Amino acid sequence: MHDGRGAVRRRAGARLWLSAGWLTLAGGAALLAPWIAPHDPLAQDLFAGRMPPFWVAGADPAYPLGTDSLGRDVLSRILHGGRIAFLVALIAGLATAVLGATLGLLAGFFRGWVDVAISRLIDIWMAFPPVLFSILLIAVIGPGLWSIIIAIIVIDWTRFARVVRAEAMGQGAMDYVASARVAGRGRISTLVVEILPNVLPTIVVLLTLEMGIAVIVEAILSFVNLSISTDSPTWGGMIAEGRTSVHQAWWVLVLPLIALFLTVLAFSQLGEGLKDRFDPVLR
Amino acid sequence: MSFLRIENLSVAIRGGGPLLRRVSLEVAAGEVMALVGESGAGKSMIGKAVLGILPRAAQITEGRIWLDGEDLLALSATARRQRIGAKAALIPQDPLTALNPVRRIAPQITDRLVDILGWDRAKAEARARDLLGEVQIADPDRVMRSYPHELSGGMRQRILIASAFAAEPRLIVADEPTTALDVTVQKQILRLIRDMQARHGTALLFVTHDLGVVSKICQRLTVLYGGLVLEQTDVRAFFKAPGHPYSAALLAATPRHDDPEASLNPVPEAVIAAAQAEVAAFDRSAPHG
Amino acid sequence: MLRQVLLRLVTTLVTLFGVAVIVFVVIRVVPGNPVAMMLPPGAGPEDMARLQALYGLDKSIPKQFVIWLGGVVQGDFGTSITTRQPVAGLVLGRLPATLELSVMALVIAVVWGGIVALVGTRFRGGRAEAAIDVGNGIALSVPDFLWGLVLILLFGVLWPVFHISGRVSPSLDLPFVTNFYLFESVIRLRFDLWWDIVGHMLMPALALAFPLAAIVAQLLKQSLKETMHLDYVTLARTKGYGETRVILREALRNAVLPTLTLVGVQFTFLIGGTVIVERLFSYEGLGNMAIDAVINRDLPLIQGIVILFAVIFTAVNLIVDLLYAVLNPRLRHA
Repeated sequence: MHDGRGAVRRRAGARLWLSAGWLTLAGGAALLAPWIAPHDPLAQDLFAGRMPPFWVAGADPAYPLGTDSLGRDVLSRILHGGRIAFLVALIAGLATAVLGATLGLLAGFFRGWVDVAISRLIDIWMAFPPVLFSILLIAVIGPGLWSIIIAIIVIDWTRFARVVRAEAMGQGAMDYVASARVAGRGRISTLVVEILPNVLPTIVVLLTLEMGIAVIVEAILSFVNLSISTDSPTWGGMIAEGRTSVHQAWWVLVLPLIALFLTVLAFSQLGEGLKDRFDPVLR
Repeated sequence: MSFLRIENLSVAIRGGGPLLRRVSLEVAAGEVMALVGESGAGKSMIGKAVLGILPRAAQITEGRIWLDGEDLLALSATARRQRIGAKAALIPQDPLTALNPVRRIAPQITDRLVDILGWDRAKAEARARDLLGEVQIADPDRVMRSYPHELSGGMRQRILIASAFAAEPRLIVADEPTTALDVTVQKQILRLIRDMQARHGTALLFVTHDLGVVSKICQRLTVLYGGLVLEQTDVRAFFKAPGHPYSAALLAATPRHDDPEASLNPVPEAVIAAAQAEVAAFDRSAPHG
Repeated sequence: MLRQVLLRLVTTLVTLFGVAVIVFVVIRVVPGNPVAMMLPPGAGPEDMARLQALYGLDKSIPKQFVIWLGGVVQGDFGTSITTRQPVAGLVLGRLPATLELSVMALVIAVVWGGIVALVGTRFRGGRAEAAIDVGNGIALSVPDFLWGLVLILLFGVLWPVFHISGRVSPSLDLPFVTNFYLFESVIRLRFDLWWDIVGHMLMPALALAFPLAAIVAQLLKQSLKETMHLDYVTLARTKGYGETRVILREALRNAVLPTLTLVGVQFTFLIGGTVIVERLFSYEGLGNMAIDAVINRDLPLIQGIVILFAVIFTAVNLIVDLLYAVLNPRLRHA
């Protein structure tokens, strides 16, 4: 049969599995970093600076992915950097989802002045350049893991609030909500029991996308040197260092960049794949 | 001489079932042929096949189409398209959606003349102005400068009729041209189409489900069921004595214009079952159905 | 129509006021004291107080806001703490660089995305469309920051054909009187300079353009495909037009309208992206200046830049709405 849809679905399925596979692999490796990393990511070995990765001539088998200009092991740094990236993705993503979805549900379900206030706030928020806003916040509250997480929550809650508000509005107009109310359910209880489950697939999709965004924000902030204290290895920090010495030791830039690229791509593709899966609910 | 001749035309969904089953028909110059049937009978599909606008999922599986003596399916895709543009035209069903909302009226009438037939723009515009007068539009110059949303549905259908006649086509396919219109406007439009067709001597393929309309403007008719021709006859003979039980039932189900209160007789199930059996029998006898 | 425009202007002003209040408050709860960093070692508390008074930082926050707003109305955005120059002048001096970069990226994105959408529609249902969808998906998923790094690697290191740092080669003698280098070099017919500037801008512009091009391609293609099923498109086919001509003349303009509004919003995201992309390519625009200002805790400068970005964002939205009205004849006569 020449059915185009079959091919599309297969491709979508492959996309879903590939992304989930990479995220499991990278997430697992990051989680186990302290045990599987061959070296201390901070240990310097000035006699073994800028060693190339294993497939290049002159490599040292003790450093499979080479070393940076201070002789620190690139593999160990990528693993430990991944630990921070995934930690930020998980905590910031979940917290953003909870805050944004709650505000969106309230605005969409209760309407009236609650909606006006929250929508106005969203409009104001959308007028800020997000990267600049996050950098500004970090400058104000000072660098650190928690600062990054707070910055992401403060900036990105609107992503959830906007979409969830519209969904909740649509669901609120449905008959089943009216009949639940007639059956004597309270407002809050209707919101939690009837509407939330219907909006949940959307929230899950947005959460997956948000985790990818969190990873990139963390990388950007550590790139401009506002992330964690400089001695913790981060992908963004490694990229910033690698950029300055790219002509002498390209691997210091390229390898963490590949890790970052694939992780961001995987989160995004996973989110899009899930969106297609949930299609009937989302449209 | 016949301006349109269709021979054993079959159309099928790609990788699926047939939509038309070896349809043959002929329309002579100045003649109006009605294509009648319930929805899904394949009556619009014939017009679409002739005009080369079948949906992507459908394709012609056998048969031939001659337009003004030329075998369309033997031509290359580009040549066929241009030949159809020069010699045939469509009067669409819904005038509200058949004009491009972001373009003015004038180019929508003249573009075929200028681009396909190579007319000079000024000559094409003069022609458009004459045609708008011919379809009884009072202020052609203003209308030509207008956008579709500034005009009424009846006006737009008049424009589409004018546009269809612009290139003096041999054949016009009218696909239920009045169903989307107000009842009061329907009659005027119908009369306009008939007058224009008679004056220009065009062959007209008139797709409709309304036998009342058929009696007013058509000379011959083809009754279809399931993409199969059940009956092809003269209109006067048909209304006197339909030649097929299904046609008779269809006629009985048509509301009478002189007595709209008369109760309708839906097509009996037994007649439908018989028609279905006929289609099934055709598929069994066809070499590749 | 006039009432709607006025209403839009009022809500825009409310939004900008909200932005100003938030920035003002956020900046002033900074735990670190920016004035302390400016003082030479050994300065006493009275020096500190004097300096704070100089920048008006000794008053209460609401009072500071009123004073600042009064200045803004007269075009005075205060004085930068690090450079001791008026903020308005500094910011407006950098604005042209960022505008030129953003507009160049927008043009690339729209042209590229538009061509991809047209090709995808022309050959819809085939391998070409499938390949386009996959490419779009990847371009969309990866943000401008990462595209910038990839471009640096490809065209700055592996195959160094473009400049990956700065706005113009420092060795060149610039005759310009405005800061719109790209624009002015064309006006002055100095194509040697123009070429050098383009060579510097192309990489950051491409990094910014990639995600937007994918969005344009995706939205426009979907919109075109929907339009291709409409009656007036079918009617045009019966007139003898080929597929390409039908797409370009009958479908395109109608399909552009729904795409336009979304592209407007996405363009503001692109402008927001200039902050990090300018940093990445050491491009001397507003964004790069903003990061320096944040690192140096230059409060008046940060304030000025954020407000200017907010003004640009809201202006873009306003322009998009007006464009929509101009392109849609149904609204033009309403």
